[in-house]
Amino acid sequence: MNEEISPTPNRRDFLKTTAIVAGITVAPGVLLYGVSQAKSPDDQTITAKKRWGMLIDTNKCVQGCNECVNACITEHGISENVRPDITSQWIRKVGLRDKQTGKEYSLPLFCQHCEHPPCVDVCPTGASFKRVDGIVLVDKHICIGCRYCMMACPYKARSFVHETLKNQKPHSPRGKGTVEACTFCVHRIDKGQSPACVAACQKSGHKAMLFGDIKDPNSEISKKLSHVSSTALRPDMRLNPGIRYQGL
Amino acid sequence: MKNITYHQIEGKRRADYIILAVSAFFILLGLFAAYQMEHHGHAITGMNNQVVWGIPHIFAIFLILAASGVLNVASISSVFHKTFYHPLARLSALLAITLLIGGLTVLMLDLGRPDRLIVAITNYNFKSIFAWNIFLYTGFILVCVIYLWFMMERRMHNYYPTIGLIAFIWRLVLTTGTGSIFGFLVARAAYNTAIIAALFIALSLALGLAIFLLVLIMQFRSLGKEVLHRPKVLLGILIGTVFYFVLVYHFTHLYFVSRHEIEYFILGKGAIYTVLFWGGYIFLGTILPLLLLYHERFSHNRASIVAASILTIIGGFSLLYVIIIGGQAYPLEIFPGLELVSHDLFDNTPIYPYTPSRWEIMLGVGGIAISTLLTFLALKILPFMPHSLADFEVDPKLI
Repeated sequence: MNEEISPTPNRRDFLKTTAIVAGITVAPGVLLYGVSQAKSPDDQTITAKKRWGMLIDTNKCVQGCNECVNACITEHGISENVRPDITSQWIRKVGLRDKQTGKEYSLPLFCQHCEHPPCVDVCPTGASFKRVDGIVLVDKHICIGCRYCMMACPYKARSFVHETLKNQKPHSPRGKGTVEACTFCVHRIDKGQSPACVAACQKSGHKAMLFGDIKDPNSEISKKLSHVSSTALRPDMRLNPGIRYQGL
Repeated sequence: MKNITYHQIEGKRRADYIILAVSAFFILLGLFAAYQMEHHGHAITGMNNQVVWGIPHIFAIFLILAASGVLNVASISSVFHKTFYHPLARLSALLAITLLIGGLTVLMLDLGRPDRLIVAITNYNFKSIFAWNIFLYTGFILVCVIYLWFMMERRMHNYYPTIGLIAFIWRLVLTTGTGSIFGFLVARAAYNTAIIAALFIALSLALGLAIFLLVLIMQFRSLGKEVLHRPKVLLGILIGTVFYFVLVYHFTHLYFVSRHEIEYFILGKGAIYTVLFWGGYIFLGTILPLLLLYHERFSHNRASIVAASILTIIGGFSLLYVIIIGGQAYPLEIFPGLELVSHDLFDNTPIYPYTPSRWEIMLGVGGIAISTLLTFLALKILPFMPHSLADFEVDPKLI
């Protein structure tokens, strides 16, 4: 065959090359856009129709029992435990005595997942945020580590990561130089499970922690809240926490 | 008023080289400390989960307040038309910029993630006073630069009073914002009161003027008596104003039964905080400088003005330490009416100890060094300094 080779590319070749180059350029963007817009089945469960909450029965909470605290440490891989003043504490046990009557109480204290969280109000970058279902979280990617939220939290529920972290759990990412707190075990909730502390309390037989959707009138927690007297911590601040205490 | 001529500093005296070398050395130390804190985490500092803001924040807020206050000299000249202060306006605006840059650098380098500065300037939560402050601080630098430009550029002189007024209002808002960082903290007994904003404004004016007087006396050997007399009287008034707001702050707290304990903690038994309040702020920072400025025996002496300025700075620093660290060291009242009995890791001490580490102090001093070096370089490059500050040069009516 006697094919004539043109010194300049013909129109067909030009269009073909352009199409390939354009395709290579645009395709990753389209793919990444798709990835960024994709919703996991977990995301579908996040709705403002729910508000996750907890009722803690201080009469059932046993002094000296640390099951909930240990479960939290295991679940979230909080392994650094050298200096108590800088170790992250997402949940801690507190023993109290009434100054007038002398009655003693034992209870777990952690992020109260307020309806009007002061930590979210003060956060300059919006890293502290409240999910529509009431869970208060920290976006570790935009937290700059200013610690203003820790100054603002009335419950001292937040910790700052002071050290380099090891053995992180993939389901509970943490970051040196950022602030963290109880996530309500959001990774478990989104799978339909209860938080690790609640599961541990149930397993130990104390059953002092009841978790559920407080917007659903038929949930166990809502039914119980409607007939037992319970209180929020620092109700005078009107933050409407998601955690309520019975018998306090 | 006579036409004032300005000049750059020669910068070749032995003292100049010493200032240059010392500030460069402390800047390097500060940067090294910031690197250490970034690398090892804040575990190497004295700050912890209870006292989350430490000495670096005292340095930073001190510099930010001083920056806002030092502009007062320029404001008196351009807003209140006191021509007497006019020759000093350039230096005043310059110091406002350099002090603010020093303070902001410390604040930024103390962040858990200083590498995320870009996040801080691209993500805003406008309900946060902190986010507003980012605008207020950077805007203040810009306003001061324009202010300086209008002062130095003859063609812009017509707009000079306007920008002066903007700068004046801006810095009042800025210091209100700085005070409100604490004033808006509803949960802490020591804060949660709007008077902190007013107190910070008064404190900023006193600190700013004290620093200004020190720089002035250091740079000019031939200062007129009157040139020093007026700001000296003003310094006394400002020290008194700060004291007034401190008084109102504590009286308000003493009136609320729920805040008696924090008052007792700060004023009565809070160890270092009590010592710093009475010894550092009240005695060294208020009584002594007032005595030096107003008592017949000392008030005509230039050394007493220097001493009073230094004491004002010591007093302001002590007051900031008491407010900022003392306010955090006092435990949060999570369970009113109940007392803590279990000795948990987190709640095991009634008062939380805080000892600043060397890294924090290095970082803080580094901030002051940055302000010093920047001021020095600016003075060398542009004509900020009036040729003479002898009384008749400033205002012939004074002779």
